Amino acid sequence: MELSGGEIIIQALKEEGIEYLFGYPGGAVLHIYDAIYQQDDVKHVLVRHEQAATHAADGYARSTGKPGVCLVTSGPGATNAVTGIATAYMDSIPMIILTGQVARRMIGTDAFQEADIVGITRPCVKHNFLVQSLEDLAPTLKKAFYVATTGRPGPVVVDIPKDVTAPNIKIPFEYPYSVDIRSYNPTVTGHTGQIAKAVELLIQAKRPVIYFGGGVILGEAHEELTQLGRTLDYPVTSTLMGLGAYPSSDKNFIGMLGMHGTYEANMAMHDCDVLLAVGARFDDRVTGEIEHFCPYAKIIHIDIDPSSISKNIKVDVPIVGDVKQVLTEMQNQIDGLSQRADDGAMASWWKLINEWRAENGYYYDRESEIIKPQYVVEKFCELTLGEAFICSDVGQHQMFAAQFYQFDKPRRWINSGGLGTMGFGLPSAMGVQFAHPDATVGVVTGEASIQMCIQELSACQQYNLPLKILNLNNGYLGMVRQWQEFSYEKRYSQSYVNALPDFVKLAESYGHVGMKIEKTSDVEGALKESLNLKNRLVFMDFITDREENVYPMIEAGKGHHQMRMNPNRPSLRGES
Amino acid sequence: MRHIIAVLMENEAGALSRVAGLFSARGYNIESLTVAPTNDPSLSRLTVVTIGSDEIIEQITKQLNKLLDVVKLVDLTSIKHVEREMMLTKVRAVGSMREEYKRICEIFRGKIVDVTDTTYIIELTGASDKLDSFLSSIAEENILEVVRSGVSGMARGEKCLKL
Repeated sequence: MELSGGEIIIQALKEEGIEYLFGYPGGAVLHIYDAIYQQDDVKHVLVRHEQAATHAADGYARSTGKPGVCLVTSGPGATNAVTGIATAYMDSIPMIILTGQVARRMIGTDAFQEADIVGITRPCVKHNFLVQSLEDLAPTLKKAFYVATTGRPGPVVVDIPKDVTAPNIKIPFEYPYSVDIRSYNPTVTGHTGQIAKAVELLIQAKRPVIYFGGGVILGEAHEELTQLGRTLDYPVTSTLMGLGAYPSSDKNFIGMLGMHGTYEANMAMHDCDVLLAVGARFDDRVTGEIEHFCPYAKIIHIDIDPSSISKNIKVDVPIVGDVKQVLTEMQNQIDGLSQRADDGAMASWWKLINEWRAENGYYYDRESEIIKPQYVVEKFCELTLGEAFICSDVGQHQMFAAQFYQFDKPRRWINSGGLGTMGFGLPSAMGVQFAHPDATVGVVTGEASIQMCIQELSACQQYNLPLKILNLNNGYLGMVRQWQEFSYEKRYSQSYVNALPDFVKLAESYGHVGMKIEKTSDVEGALKESLNLKNRLVFMDFITDREENVYPMIEAGKGHHQMRMNPNRPSLRGES
Repeated sequence: MRHIIAVLMENEAGALSRVAGLFSARGYNIESLTVAPTNDPSLSRLTVVTIGSDEIIEQITKQLNKLLDVVKLVDLTSIKHVEREMMLTKVRAVGSMREEYKRICEIFRGKIVDVTDTTYIIELTGASDKLDSFLSSIAEENILEVVRSGVSGMARGEKCLKL
């Protein structure tokens, strides 16, 4: 079979099992779009901005584990994609970004719509390729998929010059069966000796904590983690990225940790004597001030990326390997032991943790007539039985969603943790809905974030995506305002969002259902109605309390034990 | 501490850029950097001299290994190795200084590779400190131009950086 460059790309995508291609056309990719037009196997989704193409592919990948693929044109198309590429890079998401490029003879001449995307994205991709010839196209795509999906996943850019895809030049197509890159050999098997050391530490622990992150989800190890946590009966805490990899409703789960985590999770981290870190990278949002971090703990760290180990925090037992394989081996070793943890010590530890739980760190005023954003998320969780996909933007609403939606399954919580990209919510939800056409997909967002990719409401109409958009509208860049309240004496510089559109009219102008909700007593009814409208996108504009803050908060320079708590919180212990 | 790291890379466009970009993006120091193809035309060898704490050096080597273009690397600092750098120095050579430069050249085992009625170019190879000593043995106002190649090195004995 002799195929042109555009046809080879389609065939390669089919070989890789790709169903959807999120993209936006342009001059450099016209030949490819012609090839797309003449087939039906790979379905193209037309976004309205290239940033949305990348976020949609990202949401698809996060919610399925399969690589997301997007196609953009050269120059501004490619540069518009950079934010989405960096977003995927920071959260290690498997993604292929196909970028058009000017013809080979024009490269380096400042041609029309030329941009050195390989140069521009070098620091924010796992790897990138410039296809130099038609013969290289299929092998390069094979390599790109292999690199993106193995080891620590990440985005890979494939830059394709226009003349390589010329429709009249055809070569025999052969998709490589396998690929061998001599410089790339991801470690899969954890060292059994190290695992044995870790097990010994864990069994002898008097105040252990299991801390896990997004790596457990990327490594498909949620079952192994759940089994291990339950076998050991130790407290388990999650990062923002890990939520759902261990059932939040489990009695051992002590909540999310970190800057806006639960009181009990942060206190337990501070006081623990053995810490098992699984697929997490000790990010600064989690550690707080490093010199205060886990002062009494011996740390075991399981990660597939050796450069993540002892990067921020020196660990005592590093284990490089695939998390699923390592946890399985660890479970085997633990099952083989006759001696288990010290019951007396564990009882004291749990007693202490339960006292911390009683502090009710996530307190908010449930009697308020003015809508509290936490209440909206809690209600949505209740009405969706905790089974919805929740795609979030960035800010206070993101923290409330993480705090109040109880995720029991992985790949349901979709948010930009590492880069913290506003505008991520709506387009990522599009990708999620394509991957799960029958599921309830909620977008928790704020009135500032949602406007960054608001044009995608048009794509949602074109493809009939029945998303449920929960706009937590407080008329401020909430998280910025909170920091300005705490650290800048309420000098709210540029954090006020005025000149807002009438979101109901805006949603309706795109053909969707719009609602404005201003009282707490109306929240449940609106959410129920949105869920009943199974085939419509519903935009719910919740007018929320303007100066609600996210608590607890570990402020800059502070440790886990120095959280700022809600001043209105009645402690359940009866102290003020 | 000063570390000298020898890196075997794919001899492909962009490979050097990736390494340099890694150093600048993560704020690692580059004291010197030199790169050229090896006897295997598919591979280049890059040598970088960097200064950092043990933790930083550990991170640098881990991050370099992550790059797809990097095939293998070795930190020469911790093993017995030979280090060499080449330098060309153009000096103002007039009057009695002409003989004097020839003597200094002999002492340092350098070679004069260019002669005009007012200048010499002296080629010198050796460890960095030898080159530094040479420069300090000449009065600054007589040094017209200096170019150094950057340090490269290899391990002594049987140990080799190869595939």
